[in-house]
Amino acid sequence: MTARVLLIEDEPNISEAIRFILSRDGCDVTALADGTGALDAVRAAMPDLVILDLMLPGVSGLDILAQLRADPQTQALPVMMLTAKGQGRDREAAERAGASHFMTKPFSNDDMRAAVRALTQG
Amino acid sequence: MPNSQPNLPASLTGSLIRERRLALGLRQGDVAQAVGISASYLNLIEHNRRRVGAEVLARLAGVLGTETAILSEGAGGALIDDLRAAASTAPGIQPELDRIEDFAGRFPGWAAVLAAQHHRAAQLERAVGALNDRLTHDPHLSASLHEVLSALASVRSTAAILADTEDIEPDWRERFHQNLHQDSERLAAGAEALVAYLDGSDTAVDTGLAAPQEEVESWLAARGWQLAELEQPEGLAQLLAEVAGLASAAARSLAADFLRQAAAEAQLLPDTALRAALARGEDDPAVLAQRTGLSVLAVMRRIALLPGSVAGLVICDASGTLLFRKPVDGFALPRFGAACPLWPLFAALARPMLPLVERVEPAGRAARVFRTLSICETRLPQGFAGPELREAAMLILPDDAPRAAGAVLALGSSCRICPRGRCPARREPSILAEAGAAAGVQ
Repeated sequence: MTARVLLIEDEPNISEAIRFILSRDGCDVTALADGTGALDAVRAAMPDLVILDLMLPGVSGLDILAQLRADPQTQALPVMMLTAKGQGRDREAAERAGASHFMTKPFSNDDMRAAVRALTQG
Repeated sequence: MPNSQPNLPASLTGSLIRERRLALGLRQGDVAQAVGISASYLNLIEHNRRRVGAEVLARLAGVLGTETAILSEGAGGALIDDLRAAASTAPGIQPELDRIEDFAGRFPGWAAVLAAQHHRAAQLERAVGALNDRLTHDPHLSASLHEVLSALASVRSTAAILADTEDIEPDWRERFHQNLHQDSERLAAGAEALVAYLDGSDTAVDTGLAAPQEEVESWLAARGWQLAELEQPEGLAQLLAEVAGLASAAARSLAADFLRQAAAEAQLLPDTALRAALARGEDDPAVLAQRTGLSVLAVMRRIALLPGSVAGLVICDASGTLLFRKPVDGFALPRFGAACPLWPLFAALARPMLPLVERVEPAGRAARVFRTLSICETRLPQGFAGPELREAAMLILPDDAPRAAGAVLALGSSCRICPRGRCPARREPSILAEAGAAAGVQ
């Protein structure tokens, strides 16, 4: 079964690379470039996995995660957070807010593929 | 009877008397005779086995050519406090605290060395703390690092795609090559900015900090920007003693001036009065200034320093140099280099005593709107014959009104880390890609 992934990442080249990698791996990837409207998009699509950048324009990734966890409809949805090295405090906050997995930039494509498989097949 | 006045601690005083006598090369018997006590009694005093009365102590001080206070306290009070502080910072070691006075009295030189080492360690810990704080919060460093890591993440993934995907379509290959080119340029610019930043950090060799002002602000930040002690009777003295431990002399001087000014302002508008006024909705600094006799700028400082205050504050002089920076979440203040020329602070600087209220939106990923109140005040410290000095302040307050509730001025922190590409006030190119523009947010 094709895993449906919603990617919320504001860096266009990173977004493009992730879309390419996961599409080649059989995922159906939809991408958003900022946090505004992300919650509506999640509720409308109910994907198998959300990949969420921590630092987003508009609404931060942390706020989106908190709102997803507060909503019974989306509280169990797997969410992978994209963080950069040096965002230790933000990462701790995301851990407390209920992130399912972290991927630290720069990441290897193999790690990304493996994590997505684990999160969508579990 | 001399020993019927047990009003002076025996232990350290006796050792100090003995030390002073030996330093002068005087015999115990001669000193005892001159003071009018027996040699055996002086011997007991010197070995801290008898307390010494005030009268005898005064005579001893006279014979030994020193002050009573030096014999009764010496450097002892402060020295013993320092030794206790040093003892408390040695985990796993249990020094003989009950013999601390004896130690200080018998080995004053070694005790002073230990106290000095303790002070130095505390200074270095503060410097490390400030550097750590800078690494965590400095907007220049954080923006430069984020830029480098983002570009690097893209380069790594894209390069791996090109290397590992044998059957990649020509259109995709072309696109990824372009992305690689863009990101390599971005990476170079980000790395350049990081190098410039780190080069600039070499200047403060003694403290590891870039400027005395930064050291003072680090100290204030470590206290949560609160100086509630100023309203206690000994509060100013306590805080002055605290800033005496700052690493550089310039920082100590700046901090002491700042504290004296803050204490004087707190007297005219204490925390409780200010808090009560704010609770009543009386939050206009100009009105509070009129009521208290403080300047508007001083009231802004009181609001920013009120315990628990979420208000940020920047103050600059006539050259636009930032003299004070209390940051606020979502509104990055530059550590060095000039600030954004669009700040209302600078508009206020050009028109003294005209208040300026402006809603602003700093560039950033988590875009937030703030209400700013700015004003410029002038002084003539040397009268008509001297120069006119100006200071402008901008109070930065969170704005909960809906974004559409009026005009919002889009501004930044400093050109070098501002992503607003089409800004008419731009002085120099930014190290940041226009991520906001690419995402449809500006």
